Amino acid sequence: MEHILSIIVFFPLVAVFFGFVISKESIKTFGITVAVVEFLLSIVLWIGFDTSNAGFQFVEYFPLISQFGVSYYLGVDGISLFLVILSTFMTLISLIGLNIKKDIKNLVITILFLEMTLVGVFLSLDMILFYIFWELSLIPMLYIIGAWGSGQRVYAAIKFFLYTFAGSALMLVGILYLGYQYFLATGTWSFSVPDWHLLVLPFNMQLWLFGAFFLAFAVKVPMFPFHTWLPYAHGQAPTIGSVLLAAVMLKMGTYAFIRFSLPLFPDASYYFLYPVATIAIIMVIYAAMVAYAQEDMKQVIAYSSISHMGIIIIGTFAMNAEGLTGAIFLMLSHGIVSGALFMLVGVIYDRRHTKMINEFGGLATVMPRYAAIFGVMMMAAVGLPLTIGFVGEFLSLLGFYRVSWLMTLFAGTGIILGAVYMLVLFKKAFFGKVTKDENAELKDLDKREFTALIPLVALVVILGVYPKPILSTIDMSVKKMINLMEKKALLPSTKEFLIRVNHTGGKK
Amino acid sequence: MLGHISVTISSLNIALLAPMAIISFGALAIICIDLFSKNLNKSFYVMLSLLFILLDFTTLIGLHGSSRGFFNVMLVDGISVLSQGIILITSALFIVLALSNKPFMEFKKAEYYALFLFMLVGFQFMVATDNLILIFLGLETASLSLYTLIAMHNRNKAFEAAIKYFTMGALAAGFFAMASLIFYALTGSVELSVISKVLEARNYAPGVAILAGVVFMLTALAFKLSVVPTHTWTPDVYEGSSAPLAGYMSVVPKIAGLVVAIRFFDIFLHADIVWVQNVLIFLAIITMFLANITALVQEDVKRMLAFSSIAHAGFVLTALMIGNTQANSAIFLYWILFMFTNMGAFTMLWMARHRKNLWDSRYQHPFTKFSGLVKVSPMMATIMGIFMFTLAGMPPFSVFWGKLYLISAVVDSGHVWLAVIMVINSAIAVYYYMKLIVYMFLKDPITEDGNIYVANSSTPIKVVVGIALVFTITASIFVEPILGIVTQLMKSSGL
Repeated sequence: MEHILSIIVFFPLVAVFFGFVISKESIKTFGITVAVVEFLLSIVLWIGFDTSNAGFQFVEYFPLISQFGVSYYLGVDGISLFLVILSTFMTLISLIGLNIKKDIKNLVITILFLEMTLVGVFLSLDMILFYIFWELSLIPMLYIIGAWGSGQRVYAAIKFFLYTFAGSALMLVGILYLGYQYFLATGTWSFSVPDWHLLVLPFNMQLWLFGAFFLAFAVKVPMFPFHTWLPYAHGQAPTIGSVLLAAVMLKMGTYAFIRFSLPLFPDASYYFLYPVATIAIIMVIYAAMVAYAQEDMKQVIAYSSISHMGIIIIGTFAMNAEGLTGAIFLMLSHGIVSGALFMLVGVIYDRRHTKMINEFGGLATVMPRYAAIFGVMMMAAVGLPLTIGFVGEFLSLLGFYRVSWLMTLFAGTGIILGAVYMLVLFKKAFFGKVTKDENAELKDLDKREFTALIPLVALVVILGVYPKPILSTIDMSVKKMINLMEKKALLPSTKEFLIRVNHTGGKK
Repeated sequence: MLGHISVTISSLNIALLAPMAIISFGALAIICIDLFSKNLNKSFYVMLSLLFILLDFTTLIGLHGSSRGFFNVMLVDGISVLSQGIILITSALFIVLALSNKPFMEFKKAEYYALFLFMLVGFQFMVATDNLILIFLGLETASLSLYTLIAMHNRNKAFEAAIKYFTMGALAAGFFAMASLIFYALTGSVELSVISKVLEARNYAPGVAILAGVVFMLTALAFKLSVVPTHTWTPDVYEGSSAPLAGYMSVVPKIAGLVVAIRFFDIFLHADIVWVQNVLIFLAIITMFLANITALVQEDVKRMLAFSSIAHAGFVLTALMIGNTQANSAIFLYWILFMFTNMGAFTMLWMARHRKNLWDSRYQHPFTKFSGLVKVSPMMATIMGIFMFTLAGMPPFSVFWGKLYLISAVVDSGHVWLAVIMVINSAIAVYYYMKLIVYMFLKDPITEDGNIYVANSSTPIKVVVGIALVFTITASIFVEPILGIVTQLMKSSGL
């Protein structure tokens, strides 16, 4: 267990190099094997994880450029642990579900490379290292969308790349500026996040830095009005690209908000609370309405992703244990559910080569098993109690209720709208009579698709009924972080707010 | 009447001259050998030049500390050793590229190698002195050799390039002479250290004369550094020269120019003369923006790389204006990292060199040429892709670390807004580098014949690509020692 984090990060990378040698016919099996090992490693990490220790565990540190303070610094806590497992799990599932034949070798290698960057983002505790993985994750996704996508794939891929790259440009200046502030305060350079947590920044500086980081994270989430790259990317991306994009890559933005923005700039976070929450509510409602208007199944799910990410932002900026824990749990559940939904759309697209809702109808009679799984996932997406989607959404909104009941009410309408567009989609596609002859002969799920989808269904139900083991681990680290925020807050108004949302209303 | 001058051998400090002497000897030796024995293979000349470069390099690293010699004309300090080192390493990589698969006329001639070595002498003198006259001599020796090297490529475009470069260079030389003249008239000396002292004692008056001198010098250096608006020769000259020479030109003359610029502007930056700083900032900003935006619309990879090298020059110019140790170290760190990647990228073009313009009547390396390269030659596409992403400043490859340290230097000097402009520019720049990647990875191939892309490749060329690639990828490990050496040398030269 000494170097388990390094092993988890770099195992896929080593596999990438070996992958170049493996022949085309065997590469998919190789990819799945590597993903299984990687997933098991992350489970081992979970087993070894001390659930009573809220701080960073399995920490690995050695200086990379000592005179400039750049170091190789990895660590895991309750916040990042499950995101790592989500990354390895969804990579595995998406590789199982993979049925692309064209240039399969390049694809599998790219996916494994992507897995390395995703895990690296969640485990980095050095800001420069984080930035490296953050930027590096763009390259494989660019290639996946651009090479295996459909329609205007090149345009979509470039748009995705440029948006995210340009967004994080300012973050780089922010990082360097913070590093310099640390240098001024202590006389040594450091880019490590735990070091930075000790830094108390003047309010004005916090505002600027919050802005610089916000842009990078907001593009990634994606927050309104920077969301326009997402439907494009999803629209053109192959199934596996969409799954990984929605399930894991979007979470990088919200994770970064929790890991960096809140604890580094508590006063600025409070200062920008209402504007950010307003944007999030616009995301929730606007994206839900746009989703309703879509005729393409994949676009419906793409916009529903934006809508759900809005609720994650709301939970994050509630800045209390319920909201933050809910937000993190919602990241996991949205990862699983949206991943599953994109795979389901992929299934039907493989059979009919169209994703238009009006091309279908009465699928429930032709493909009963497919319809059943789609139904479960739809319920989870809507946030039905006892499914995984409910827990996170409920906690996020509960957390934000302490901040503002009115805004929570608006955000809550998003759930209703969500039910509307999802149920309408389900009704149009699955119920009624089979109107098109092509649909009458469709095959139900085959073994490969079944293997990929069943674990997701199981998780949706199990974690929906009994989320406690995950919630308690997350909660512990979240509380530690909120304590840190409270300690660091400069302005009395921020302190007051943090105490109010965390302790009143209650029995504590 | 001159008084009695006593000269001792030790006061001449002949060791300082050893690196240049070795190279000059090498050049003369090549000419002599050519007199006696014609028809020697190019590999002989290449390896002989390489040997002299290595010899030069070993004597160079023996020099350390600031020392002057030859009546204060020579100045070999940290910055001089460092820049000579960069020049020599680049030259070593460059000369090997002559061993190409396809025969080229210029490589058969001994003059090519002699001129090349003389050019090296020029550049080495240029950075190893603070005497304006010797700088001028070095600059002209190097430039005249370089013009000839370009012309020896023996294509119409090459002649055009050489003449264009020559005309522009002559203009720059004129400006340089004017600037030297003005400062000599003002201070009675052509040594920058003396000029600095006299000007300081006189409190930088008269302003008009200094303004004129700085403007002339700035223009002269701007030509060499291809700073906007004196950059117009760059894309045409790069296009006309062979790919290795273009890569060489985007590294070596610029580092030599940068050293002179650092020495020269240090006088004014130390005295906090604001307008000099402002002019430099302004030039840096327009250089970055114009070069990056123009690069977006290029149809030829070589021209794109030409504009990219202008943009990179603009990038480091921002640090020139700060003028403290961190900023000057950043310039050299950036340039060392940039050198390897840039040489690598141009070498890739050299490998893909073909006698005929197969795809476009106008350009040798249009973007379309590389369509779908990943399907034809995956290895080559991946390597080229890595070079492109590196030039764009993607982490964790080499140029990223230079960019990081450079922007950090700008942030630390309090110019956060300038840092923002720099990152905006790198966001613009990523588009044109990505354009090549999009062509290579996302488009369909236009030919099944992979040999076209490696027509000119040979084992030595592959070795050069390999060195550049390994260095580019594993730069994260090298940054620490390089930065240590660079910072130490900067401190020792008091910059």
